[in-house]
Amino acid sequence: MEAVAALEAVASVDEKLPVIEVHDAVKRYGSGDAAIYALDGVSLSIEPGEYVAIMGPSGSGKSTLMNILGALDVMTSGKYYLDGIEVSSMDENHLAIVRGRKIGFIFQSFNLIPRTTALANVELPMAYQGIKPKERRERAMVALNVVGLGDRVNHEPTELSGGQQQRVAVARALATRPALLLADEPTGALDSKSTGDLLDLFDQINAAGRTVVVITHELDVAHRAKRIIRMRDGKIVSDELNKERVA
Amino acid sequence: MSVFEIIRFALRGLFINRLRTALTTLGIMIGVASVIILLAVGNGSSKAIQSSLDRLGTNSLQVRSGGQGFGFRARASASTVKPLTILDTVALADKTQAPDIKQVAPIVSTNGTCVVGANTTTPSTFYGTWPAYYEASNTTIQSGSYFTNDDVTQARRVALIGQTTATALFGTDSPIGKTMRCSGIQFTVIGLTTVKGSSGFQDGDSLVLIPITTMENTITGNQALSDILVEATKSTTTTAAQNELTAILDARHGITGNKTADFSVFNQASLLTTASSSSKTFTTLLGAVAAISLLVGGIGITNIMLVTVIERTREIGIRKAIGAPKGAILTQFLIEATILSLLGGALGVIAGFIGSHFTIDGTKPVIVPASVFLAFGVSILIGVFFGGYPASRAASLRPIEALRYE
Repeated sequence: MEAVAALEAVASVDEKLPVIEVHDAVKRYGSGDAAIYALDGVSLSIEPGEYVAIMGPSGSGKSTLMNILGALDVMTSGKYYLDGIEVSSMDENHLAIVRGRKIGFIFQSFNLIPRTTALANVELPMAYQGIKPKERRERAMVALNVVGLGDRVNHEPTELSGGQQQRVAVARALATRPALLLADEPTGALDSKSTGDLLDLFDQINAAGRTVVVITHELDVAHRAKRIIRMRDGKIVSDELNKERVA
Repeated sequence: MSVFEIIRFALRGLFINRLRTALTTLGIMIGVASVIILLAVGNGSSKAIQSSLDRLGTNSLQVRSGGQGFGFRARASASTVKPLTILDTVALADKTQAPDIKQVAPIVSTNGTCVVGANTTTPSTFYGTWPAYYEASNTTIQSGSYFTNDDVTQARRVALIGQTTATALFGTDSPIGKTMRCSGIQFTVIGLTTVKGSSGFQDGDSLVLIPITTMENTITGNQALSDILVEATKSTTTTAAQNELTAILDARHGITGNKTADFSVFNQASLLTTASSSSKTFTTLLGAVAAISLLVGGIGITNIMLVTVIERTREIGIRKAIGAPKGAILTQFLIEATILSLLGGALGVIAGFIGSHFTIDGTKPVIVPASVFLAFGVSILIGVFFGGYPASRAASLRPIEALRYE
C-alpha cells in the first residue's frame, strides 16, 4: 500500500497538471523488417475538464492508444504521465492500482461481471481499492442514481437492457471518482435511443467537471465532444476544437 | 482489499457453479473418507487379532509334536519323532521340576461334524481335553456348567459348545441339557462358552470341547496328543516356563547333545508379533490405495480450476481492468481451490466417522486419530498445491488479452 501513498503524493504536487500527457508514444509489434508500428510517435495533452473524441478508421491505432491511455498496455518507447504520474515505466501491479484509482472504463461490450448485481458491479473497483463497505455502498447508490438506475440496483446484467448495462458501467466508472473517464466505442452495441441517452449522460458528467475521453469511429458520437483528434496509420492527423460545441 | 472480501468473491464463484463445486468436493471427500475408513479397518483388524490373542493369554505356551512349524523355537525335525503323550503332560505338571508352570492341559483334536435333527455344523475347533484347559486358554462359560475332573475320569459324554456352534445347531433355543450327535456319538450339552469373537483367521466360537477320555474312547482311539497347552504362573515367567518344559521334554524324548528336538513350542507372544506385523502390512496397503484416491481427488481440483480460469478469463480481465492487483486474483482462485478441498476434507472426515461405525466384512473399524488429521491436512495442502497452478495462470493473464477473450 506504500505504492499507493507514493502515487498520491506525486499526484497532489500540482493541481493544474494535464490529466493526460503523452510524449512521442511508439508501440511496435514485431522487430526488424517485420516491425509494425501501431503507434508511431504520438504526442498528446489533455487538460482537466476536457471532453475529447479520438477518431479514426480501424487500424489507425486508436484502440492501441486507448489501451495505453487506459494503462492496460505499455508502450515500446515514449513517456506517459497520467494525472501527473509517470505510468510508462510502471509494472503490471502498479498499473492495476493506477487503473483502479485514476481511470473509469466504459467498454463497447459493457464488461460487467456476470451473475452479479448492478450494485455489486459498481462496488467492485472500490472493493479492490479497500474502501469500507458502508462508504462503498453509499457511493455506488449515488452513482447508480446519477445514471438513472436507482430502482434497478439488485438486477443482474442479464436482467438489464443493453442501454441499462452500459449505464451500470458508467456508474461503476464514476463511483471511483476517477481523473479520467475513458470510453472505448461506448455506443457500439447500443440502439439509437440508448446512444442518445448515454451521450446526454456524458454531457452531464463533463459539465460537472470530469474529463471524458471517447474513442469512436462514429461521427455523430465524436461530434458531441468539445475536441476531436483524428488518427491514421498510428499518427495524429488532426487535433481541433469542435466548433459546434465550443463557442 | 481485505482478505475477507476476497474470500467472499471466492465463495460467490463457488456458489455460482454449485454442481461443479459439489462434484469436485465429492472427489476429495471420497479420498479423505477412504483414507480414514480403510486405515480404521486395518487398525480394527489388528486390534481384533491383538485382543483375541490377549484373551488366549500371553502366559500360555503350546507344545506341538514335530520340529516343523513357524514356532519361534522350532528346531529341525528329528529322524524319529516320539509323539506327545498324557505321560508328557503329567511330567510337565511336576511342580518341583517346573516351578514356573501353573497348569497343563492335553489336547486331542479332531475334525467332526455335529448334527441335531436337520442342522449340521463342522466346528473349527473340536477338542478333547481336561479342566485345566479352561484357565490356560481363557475359556469361560456364560451358562450351564463346566465338565469336571470327575466327568473326565468317568469319560462322560458331555460337551461345552461355543455360540456359533449353538446357533447352528439349536437356533435361538438354549442348548443346555439338549443332546447332539458329533462324529456319530451322542453328547449332552452342559455348558455354553462366553463369546470369544473372531481371531481374524478363525471363529473362536465355532467350538466343541469334550473330556479327553471320551474323545479317545469313542472317536479318535488311544492316539497321540495333538498339543499340550501349558500355562505359566505369570506372563513374566513365560520364558522360564518354556525353558523348564523344554528341559523336561528333552529328557523324556531323549534329546541330548546335538540331537534336534522332535517337538516345538509356540509362544503366544511370538504369535502375536507375527499376526500384528502381517496386519501392519495389510493396513499399509489399504492406506496406499486410499492415498491414491486422495491424489486423484486433488488432480480433479486442478482440472476443475483450470476449466474455471479459462471460462472466467473475461471476468478476470474485467477485474484487472478496474484495478484488481495480481495478488487479489491469485488469492481469490487459490482460496476457491482451498475451500473446495477444505469442504471436501471436512465432509470426508464426517463420512469417515460415519463409515467407521459400520462393521465391514466382520471387522469393526477403529479410527486412527492421526489418520484423520493427516487426511484432512493433506486435503488442504492438495487444495493449495493443485490450485496454485491454475490460480497463478489466472493472476498472470494480461488484461487486454483477457478482455479480448470470448
